Amino acid sequence: MPIPLPSPTAWVKSKLLALQEYSLLAGRAFRSLLTPPIYWGDIFQQMDLIGVGSLPIVVLTGFFTGCVLALQAATALQEFGAVSKTGNLVALSMVKELGPVLTGLMVSGRNASGMASELGSMRVTEQIDAMRALGVDPVRKLVAPRVLATVFMLFWLSILSMCMGIMGGGLVAVFLLGLDGHAYFTSTYSALVWADLWQGLTKPVFFGFIISSIGCYFGMQTKGGTQGVGRSTTEAVVASSILIIVSDFILTRFLIGILGR
Amino acid sequence: MPSIKETALKHGLSPDAPVVSFDDVSISFEGNEVLRNVSFTVMPGETRMLLGPAGGGKSVLLKLVDGLLKPDSGRIFVFGEEISAMPERELFKLRRRIGMVFQESALFDSINVEDNVAYRLNEEGVAPEEAHRRVVEALEFVELGHAIEKFPSELSGGMRRRVSIARAIITGPDLILYDSPTGGLDPITSTTIIALVAKQRDVSQTTSLLITHRLQDAFTLAKHYYDQKEQRLEPLPDGELEENTKFLILNEGRIVFDGTTLELTHSEDPWIREYLA
Repeated sequence: MPIPLPSPTAWVKSKLLALQEYSLLAGRAFRSLLTPPIYWGDIFQQMDLIGVGSLPIVVLTGFFTGCVLALQAATALQEFGAVSKTGNLVALSMVKELGPVLTGLMVSGRNASGMASELGSMRVTEQIDAMRALGVDPVRKLVAPRVLATVFMLFWLSILSMCMGIMGGGLVAVFLLGLDGHAYFTSTYSALVWADLWQGLTKPVFFGFIISSIGCYFGMQTKGGTQGVGRSTTEAVVASSILIIVSDFILTRFLIGILGR
Repeated sequence: MPSIKETALKHGLSPDAPVVSFDDVSISFEGNEVLRNVSFTVMPGETRMLLGPAGGGKSVLLKLVDGLLKPDSGRIFVFGEEISAMPERELFKLRRRIGMVFQESALFDSINVEDNVAYRLNEEGVAPEEAHRRVVEALEFVELGHAIEKFPSELSGGMRRRVSIARAIITGPDLILYDSPTGGLDPITSTTIIALVAKQRDVSQTTSLLITHRLQDAFTLAKHYYDQKEQRLEPLPDGELEENTKFLILNEGRIVFDGTTLELTHSEDPWIREYLA
């Protein structure tokens, strides 16, 4: 028996409905952070889980990305006799793009999935309904702390990733490429201007919001038992990763327009 | 047995006004109509048993009473307030007067029994010593004082239901909703749970709605009272029936019976006779 194709109208309607639900959830989470009660205990707990818990993967990813970047940059720059510019390239790449994006993708893989599965399990076991029945707003108690904690911690994790990348690139430049350490770090420092830092520090705020709101949205929408939890987890990681990449392009274009580089 | 007036006044309710009132309520999920033009009332001090085949809309009805779902049409009044038109923020306040026991207990699995039972008290900012005292009292009521430090994963199904009942009654609610509190339990544990429901009914005279798939549980509640001295269920003398225990039977989203135990047992409706048989 042939599988019936979904109606295009129904498909579009379902996507628009999902977008509306997501916007409402994000809006309610944001509003919850402006009015009491604010669950500070849950916010600090999430900061620990998301920030401190993601430290190893962010440090390792940043460090080795910097190492690889230095190796690849040196190969390309050698053709123009500009190996000494390796530091410039590593610093600009790590600060403007790779630091925030890779940290966002790593934290998305670790935390968007965690949020979707945790909230999804609570949803299918009626714990979310129980919370509402006990007079507690699940958006205020579960979603808002995750959003605030992710936005705050991703900002610092991205800075750490940038530093680790520049440090990794420096180690490769000194020990494998035979460059002078002082010259490398001077070139990284001189390559960066405020506009680059603004770009690198603005992106994590948006990425943090995407990761947490998408993770929580898919968790809160979970249906269909344990299979549904698995599906939500996968969808949360896929959607947040794609949105990070797409929004990176839009943000970059927008910030270049404002900052001039 | 206290009168309806005494019971209502004890819970700050008007004796003449229904605690729960459904007016022509309908709700559908993905085109499937789960409840159709449902209307009924529950008076103060009443224990309303919800019976009917699985998938008949009983759990949906209970969630509508607590405002966890919104009807597609019709109006729902709880404590005289129309909850079907109430924003979620105001519903949170109203729900503080309602205790709910979920089908699968719905205990928070990352916190222990004490924190589960004290959840509402902690949210209301009750002092830790006072909250602990009330948790111990609620757990003693369900005979689970020894399990205070355990986590939900360490409890049996029956124990979880009892913790769920303790969590629902700790604030002394004016209305309790039991969603299949004996579902999936063995007969002995089911009897323990029903005894607790009767204890809450006869000690606190709390208005309640209870879903059950076990007819014997429903009739046990209708024919027994809780003896506080002996701490067990005793049959009512001379075959009497508990006058505040009434029945509502749903089938395929429609009410097929709404009345007393006596009216139910004497019903001439062929479907009801077959269902009771």
